[in-house]
Amino acid sequence: METPISFFSGFGLQDVLFMAQAAWRTLLISVISISLGTLLGAIFGWMLYEGRVWATLFLAPVLDAFRSVPLIIQLVLFYNFAPIIGLNLDAFQSGLVVLTAYTAALVASVARGGIESVGKPMRRAARSLGMSYWQDLRYVVLPIGARAVFPSWVGVALGVLKDSALVSVLGYVELLRASQILMTRTQEPLLIISIAGAFYFALSYPISRYSAKVEKRWSQ
Amino acid sequence: MFEYNFHWRPVFRSLPDLLEASLLTLQVATLSMVIGIVIGLGLSVIRLRLRGPLYWFATAWVELARNTPALFQLFFFGFGLGAFGWHLTPYMIVLAGLSFNNAGYLAENFRGGFQAVPDTQMRAARSLGMNLWQSYTRILVPQVLRIVYYPMTNQLVWAVLMSSLGMLVGFRELSGETQFFASRTYRIFEYFAVTAVIYYVMVKIILLASRLLAVRLFRY
Repeated sequence: METPISFFSGFGLQDVLFMAQAAWRTLLISVISISLGTLLGAIFGWMLYEGRVWATLFLAPVLDAFRSVPLIIQLVLFYNFAPIIGLNLDAFQSGLVVLTAYTAALVASVARGGIESVGKPMRRAARSLGMSYWQDLRYVVLPIGARAVFPSWVGVALGVLKDSALVSVLGYVELLRASQILMTRTQEPLLIISIAGAFYFALSYPISRYSAKVEKRWSQ
Repeated sequence: MFEYNFHWRPVFRSLPDLLEASLLTLQVATLSMVIGIVIGLGLSVIRLRLRGPLYWFATAWVELARNTPALFQLFFFGFGLGAFGWHLTPYMIVLAGLSFNNAGYLAENFRGGFQAVPDTQMRAARSLGMNLWQSYTRILVPQVLRIVYYPMTNQLVWAVLMSSLGMLVGFRELSGETQFFASRTYRIFEYFAVTAVIYYVMVKIILLASRLLAVRLFRY
């Protein structure tokens, strides 16, 4: 009974597990929001390209606002706005909505660039071969345009993966939040923050290298 | 639904404080840009001209800055360095984190810029009797800064947006100040809505100012 109570305990195996779970949550929220956001962003990009007046008047400023306000402010704002309009969202759902919208806003301009990169003669040729508008979009614009903007899309996706760390501000225990919790308990900040950083790096670095390689190969 | 009563009065009462805090945001972002440009230039020159340990140091810096979340970088300077007994003030944490990040991203831009300047410029400068330092500072760097002017303004905007992470390390710039007031009055939505508008306006002013400056700088 003489052992003094300590509130701090060392970094143990269960903490590795805790961080692995948190890393999984980081992956989960990023992958879902990147997928949904890319889909939505592609549609927005098409709207920006096709809808001339009303898109530049209404859609473009909204998308621009997502890029001009810090993500962390967007998260807090939406998290506190949702209950006002009667939505009951937890941290994960709110984070997912905001990250998806943020991704969509970034992907929209990428997608628009992709559509613009497909030359008009190419599209006219497709139409004159008897393709419908949608066939032209699906079989000509999509493969060529996606190829042209693939590197910038990877950049956006990796940006969202890294920015998903900000969802921690709502209380969602993703990797960085988990390491903060562990740092408080174990008092071993350098070790834990390095593990967290290594995880992001191990995920992001190979993908960015791969995308740079692909870009180089395609530009030749 | 919609039983929420908006209270904007406390927000407007603390608007002067918020605007003052936004000056602090601009200050730390600008300062981190200046430091980032200087270090970024150094890193890109090292990566282009040298091999060996210095090259690996510069490469590690650039890749770490680009492949880990900005929040991780802030936490590293905030908590990680505590392991060495270095305890930075919140201002220094944000400044160091942003400078580290800016330097990494800018170094990559500068590298492209240096490669875009013809080799003959350097040889011409050297044959005029300039030493290496002179030919860099007087001939190459001015041209590079002109080439990467627009990526640099984007980076400044990113620095302003990233500085909002200061709120998570206790720095009372615009976001931190907003959080302080919001938690005191529980008018979280109202405060963050106004702050979002302030950020938006700030970003627009920066972009407008940089366009005007570009007209003046690049007249010929």
